[in-house]
Amino acid sequence: MSFLQNSLPYILAGISVGGQYALIAIGYTMVYGILRLINFAHGDVFMAAGMFMVFLSASLPLGAAVPLVLVLTVLLGFMIERVAYKPLRSAPRMSVMISAIGVSYLLQNCALYFTGGLAKVYPQLPWLSDTVTIFGAVTKRVTLITPILTLILVIGLSLFIKYTKVGMAMRAVSKDFETARLMGIKVNSVISSTFIIGSLLAAVGSLLYFTNYASVTPTSGGMPGLKCFVAAVFGGIGSIPGAVIGAFIIGICENIIKGLGWTTFSDAFTFALLIVILLVKPTGLFGEKATDKV
Amino acid sequence: MDLRKDKKKDMLCTAVALAAMFIVLLVMELTMKSTSILFTVMKKGVIYALVAVSMNLLNGFTGLFSLGQAGFMLIGAYTYSILSMPVSVKMGESVYKYYDCAIGIELGIFPSLILAGVIAAVFAALIGLPVLRLKSDYLAIATLGFAEILRALFQWDAMGPVTNGANVLRQYKDLTKVKIPFTNIQFPPTLFCFLVSGICIAIIVLLINSSYGRAFKAIRDDEIAAEAMGINLFKHKEMSFVISSFFAGISGAMLAMFQYTVQAAQFKTAMTYEILLIVVIGGIGSVTGSCIASFLFIACNEWWLRFLDESSNNILGLNILRSGFRKVVFSIIIMIIVLFFSKGIMGDREFSWARIRAFFARFKKKAAASEGGEPNV
Amino acid sequence: MSDSVLRMEDVTMQFGGVVAVNNLSLEVNRGEIVALIGPNGAGKTTAFNCITGVYEPTNGQVFYEDKLIVANHPSGKMKKAYQGMNSEKYIHVKPIDPTPDQITKLGIARTFQNIRLWKSMTVFENVLTAKHMRARQNVFSATFRLNAAEEHRMHEETLALLEEQNLLQFKDDLATSLPYGLQRRLEIARALATEPKLLLLDEPAAGMNPQETEDLGQFIVQIKEKYDLTIFMIEHHMDLVMRFSDRIYVIDFGKLIAKGTPAEIQANPKVIEAYLGVADDE
Repeated sequence: MSFLQNSLPYILAGISVGGQYALIAIGYTMVYGILRLINFAHGDVFMAAGMFMVFLSASLPLGAAVPLVLVLTVLLGFMIERVAYKPLRSAPRMSVMISAIGVSYLLQNCALYFTGGLAKVYPQLPWLSDTVTIFGAVTKRVTLITPILTLILVIGLSLFIKYTKVGMAMRAVSKDFETARLMGIKVNSVISSTFIIGSLLAAVGSLLYFTNYASVTPTSGGMPGLKCFVAAVFGGIGSIPGAVIGAFIIGICENIIKGLGWTTFSDAFTFALLIVILLVKPTGLFGEKATDKV
Repeated sequence: MDLRKDKKKDMLCTAVALAAMFIVLLVMELTMKSTSILFTVMKKGVIYALVAVSMNLLNGFTGLFSLGQAGFMLIGAYTYSILSMPVSVKMGESVYKYYDCAIGIELGIFPSLILAGVIAAVFAALIGLPVLRLKSDYLAIATLGFAEILRALFQWDAMGPVTNGANVLRQYKDLTKVKIPFTNIQFPPTLFCFLVSGICIAIIVLLINSSYGRAFKAIRDDEIAAEAMGINLFKHKEMSFVISSFFAGISGAMLAMFQYTVQAAQFKTAMTYEILLIVVIGGIGSVTGSCIASFLFIACNEWWLRFLDESSNNILGLNILRSGFRKVVFSIIIMIIVLFFSKGIMGDREFSWARIRAFFARFKKKAAASEGGEPNV
Repeated sequence: MSDSVLRMEDVTMQFGGVVAVNNLSLEVNRGEIVALIGPNGAGKTTAFNCITGVYEPTNGQVFYEDKLIVANHPSGKMKKAYQGMNSEKYIHVKPIDPTPDQITKLGIARTFQNIRLWKSMTVFENVLTAKHMRARQNVFSATFRLNAAEEHRMHEETLALLEEQNLLQFKDDLATSLPYGLQRRLEIARALATEPKLLLLDEPAAGMNPQETEDLGQFIVQIKEKYDLTIFMIEHHMDLVMRFSDRIYVIDFGKLIAKGTPAEIQANPKVIEAYLGVADDE
């Protein structure tokens, strides 16, 4: 019983962080599925959403700030794709990846400029930030809401991809970019909608994540971003359920490691997991295998 | 016959240019104030040039998109500072406050530098075994992951007796401790950086132009063809990875010498990104490009764009210019280069005397043509 | 020593549920020019890839000069999925899965159906780089130029090879800037630079006109004599195959359907059937 009492907070935190990671990881996996691009800037879009919230909530009521944050983040994601990735559509993959790193650098430096390098206190969201007690463990309500909200969003997204026209186009483009284009699918608008969905989920994730962590810094997007990418690889890149499961596993393991007093290694663990999965099953849990033709 | 003569002439030109550069440097160091920002930029620039060239060897010449450079610099910096730290400092309380230092030896500057490279290379060899089987972006993310693991490892409490945990290392042999051999006179620090980096870069250039360098390029151009022509992919990739890490280790050690203090927290992925951006700005696959770009990068970052950070220079009464604006402008410039000049400064070409001669020849012809009316084409 | 240079025994290559090469056995003897023909998608290139270590065959063995160089039998998941024959025959043979460079080192060189020259390199560098494998130097001696004689030898031999192929005038041009026919020649020159005994040519005459094809045939005979080679080639140009090869193997849907001399193959009804199809109204 005492074991449960001791470890429950960590497991709860793990599930909660896992849900937040899942929302970000979806953005990675969708973009990779369609463009074969590790969108290094995605973590910084997530950070930017946090910054938007900090600055907007200073002058607007929360009811107006939250929707505005979502809109601004979506706009940011959309703009990044249009400005930094679209011109490089026919360039080698490495160039696009470098462009992504450049955008990440730019976003971090912009955030640095606007914050003056100080950690910004994230606004308290009423109700979400309230503390609740569950099985004797004290935690914020957001911890409980996150997994539920995540599941709702993921199911919604899955239905969207399965049944809508845009969703079908997305699947077609990720299977075969060129053929999809030849079949008259407007590839550019499909890619844009991918970025829009990814950014929207990242914004929601950011609301939940920073409510838990209480402060935003220009670099707070980097590490969660990389972890979420790892989650996407772990689940099999391109697969949405894979990314979600991967994110939950990483979130939970990370918090258990923290609970064991190995905090230094909580980040390193993620990468160790990545390397193991790449070596043992490079396609991830749900990925599909592709072969080179000679 | 003519070609060989040209080659000799080129080599002579290069030797003269290098000698001139070193003499100018020496004169500058003897006459100017050593605290001048120019020297800071030159020292840091040449250290970054070495790590950028080492990254270019991997990314540009072997086609391995690796993002582990900061990790290997970290190993180099730590190896150097731990080995070169005087035993008296290690035993005292000033650095190893919370741990008893386990390394009871003290080495000179050169052995420590070389070992910094060697240890980085050994780690690279071990890491390379699993990750070099991966392709393009997976390799990138795996090497990046290993760099993060290394950073965590060096900050780990259990490693404290060796690495001093997450605390700062200092009082090791920094640049001011370099002496001219057999004397007690301080070696000009900028010249020292240029000499060490110069030798290392020269070795990399020799490697690139050797049979092995051609094999690396073959792997970059077409792995399947390279394999079919008898080039062992794994062996050559590992070789390139290890050699690149060796020099990254040395540059990390020099960075430690330059900075006077070392802390693992500094060697983040952001550092690797910076080095990658230098390589891209210079041109992927061009050694001279990497060198030029690293000086430009460091100069812009630390010097030329400084005025943007000063809040006294306001435009239209708006408080745009303040701390951090420099970095914003700088990253916009980088984005413009990445998007519109994706070949970088040099593309995949190198500096060559032949091209300079051709340039002047064309220039002369143009001048002659404008003087003598109709050009004869 | 027997005359056999290359021998494939019951080689099967199955990708998922597709059997690309099905129980293929064939033999190439010293000094021969042997052709492997068959309709598009018959599995000819896959057979080459099984020999050269690009693919690991699902079942069967390959011998080079009577030495076992490739061996496998269905195992793991493939055990159930395997649709080929002789799955039990090689179960006691230890699988050997060499990398392509090991095969090349033994003395088997190849060209590619879709030309794979190193595109950033000049014609000269393409051939010179292929000499890397046999160079007697290590990374240290190469970097510090300790073995100038070896480097010099490689340069001279490369020049000689290019001269023989009439490519010397293009030596400083980018390989990919050459016209198509010359690129194929350069690929052959590059393969020869690895000092092979057996040369595998994958559609060397693809995209050539009749005159060029004829020249190529002559050229193949010529290099065969000069370097004491054995040649095994995939080809679609029937005139080239019939005129220059000693023996022919025909495969269709991965299966060997005929073998023999050019005259025998021309008269074989099965071959005609494979190429032209059978009339449906029987």
